[in-house]
Amino acid sequence: MADKIQTHHLTAYFGKVRGVHDINMNIQENQITAIIGPSGCGKSTFVRCLNRMHEVIVGAYAEGEVILDGDNIYAPEVDPVQVRRRIGMVFQKPTPFPTMSIEDNVAAGLKLNGVTFNKSEKEAVVERCLKQAALWEEVKDRLRAPGGSLSGGQQQRLCVARALAVEPEVLLMDEPCSALDPISTARIEELLIELKANYTIVIVTHNMQQAARTADMTAFFFSGDLIEFGETRQIFTNPDRRETEDYITGRFG
Amino acid sequence: MVSATPLVMGHYQYRKAKNLLMMGLTIFATVITLIPLFLILGYLLYKGASSLNLAFFTKLPTPVGEAGGGMANAIVGTFELVLIACLIGVPIGVGAGIYVAEHRGSQLANAVRFAADVMMGVPSIVVGIFAYALVVRPMAGFSSIAGSVALATIMIPLVTRTTEEMVLLVPHELREASLALGVPRWRTTISIVARTAMGGIATGVILATARIAGETAPLLFTAFGNRFWSTSLTGPVASLPVQIYTYAISPFADWQRQAWAGALVLTGIVLALELGVRAVTGGQTRTPR
Repeated sequence: MADKIQTHHLTAYFGKVRGVHDINMNIQENQITAIIGPSGCGKSTFVRCLNRMHEVIVGAYAEGEVILDGDNIYAPEVDPVQVRRRIGMVFQKPTPFPTMSIEDNVAAGLKLNGVTFNKSEKEAVVERCLKQAALWEEVKDRLRAPGGSLSGGQQQRLCVARALAVEPEVLLMDEPCSALDPISTARIEELLIELKANYTIVIVTHNMQQAARTADMTAFFFSGDLIEFGETRQIFTNPDRRETEDYITGRFG
Repeated sequence: MVSATPLVMGHYQYRKAKNLLMMGLTIFATVITLIPLFLILGYLLYKGASSLNLAFFTKLPTPVGEAGGGMANAIVGTFELVLIACLIGVPIGVGAGIYVAEHRGSQLANAVRFAADVMMGVPSIVVGIFAYALVVRPMAGFSSIAGSVALATIMIPLVTRTTEEMVLLVPHELREASLALGVPRWRTTISIVARTAMGGIATGVILATARIAGETAPLLFTAFGNRFWSTSLTGPVASLPVQIYTYAISPFADWQRQAWAGALVLTGIVLALELGVRAVTGGQTRTPR
């Protein structure tokens, strides 16, 4: 499998505080890579570095390299806005735009990026993305309803559809199921496995079963360091490092 | 053996009495607060309604001693002054408010916020002097544009601060969601942040409009007043507050009655604006929708 993203000595700061430290990791194309680890270990900070969302926080910055298809996205001439169009993101809390209908939410990324399309083109994009996000059947009769009128799980799938509409190559998911019930979680997990045929997916999760169920590769972070990274089966059955074993068996601390 | 706790205890009666007392006090305070409002409205209706007729809205003021006439020019003048003040004040106030909220912590944002707070405390007569020096003197005459500048000066800090508060209520997650779609920052601010805060911003604008509609002092030596029809930007123009003031301090009973009617109309306009706010926001004045 080819590497979609490589990080070289990636270190992220919040002002003077270091969030993650010297991460070297290869993320493979068309695979699901899970990031696990205790709260505050830098999982979210790490994935936010992958599409330059980390620096959106006042005072935050990153050092090192993130190579996307051979190009360093932290090179000085790179526009972070262009990076984010290629690497999409879904957040912990569902965030449909409250002023927009379901269909406008899906099309928002295109519209706000200045893409012009006519009605039938828009309908096609909306239908394709909602189908990809496994939401189409539930909302096809009320596309004009506000995005906020959906249930939490549906809202999260709407956010996935919205992220897919700009046709990213990589999808970063920052604890996408932590606000969802088990049924909605199962739907999102099925969705991830369907999507990996076309996308490279990185998922941050607190739920180790979720990582074991969905991910091909798993990385274990602890206090800002990448402790262990390998195939999911190996990480969960035969980890090399003592810290990893302690964490996945719940014996931590 | 477990002994049952008695369900009725002396302390409960005491708590109930205390609750009743506090409830009574707060209701009393509410009534005291509302009494002036209803007294003013009632007295205005009592004194003003009898002088209100169609002519009041359609006719010019008549000379002393001649019955009839109205304040049509002042009503139109007030709308003109307020409209132009809004055209000047709303873009500046909303723009500054969005800037201050989106760039919290920057030196300029802090300076703007501080300036807005100071400006809100400046007496309106001083604002009038400011507009006099800025517009009336260079133009060598009273003008409606001078009055509008004075009103806009009062409006800007109010709109700036309410816009800032409303923009700050927009959850940070929405900005991040938009940025993560590859939407540039400026576009995120306009299409997501400002759009989401629109209801609240509109509320702030309407409340500021209501406030300046009733201002008298800044108009005294800017728009000045006019007994005739004029909507010229460069000439003096009549306004309800100034007309009311002039008529109210006059010795003529006819004019005093007209002043009461004018006060009633002005209060009606302000009240309509405030009710408009409730219609826009569905009763909620704080949450952006």
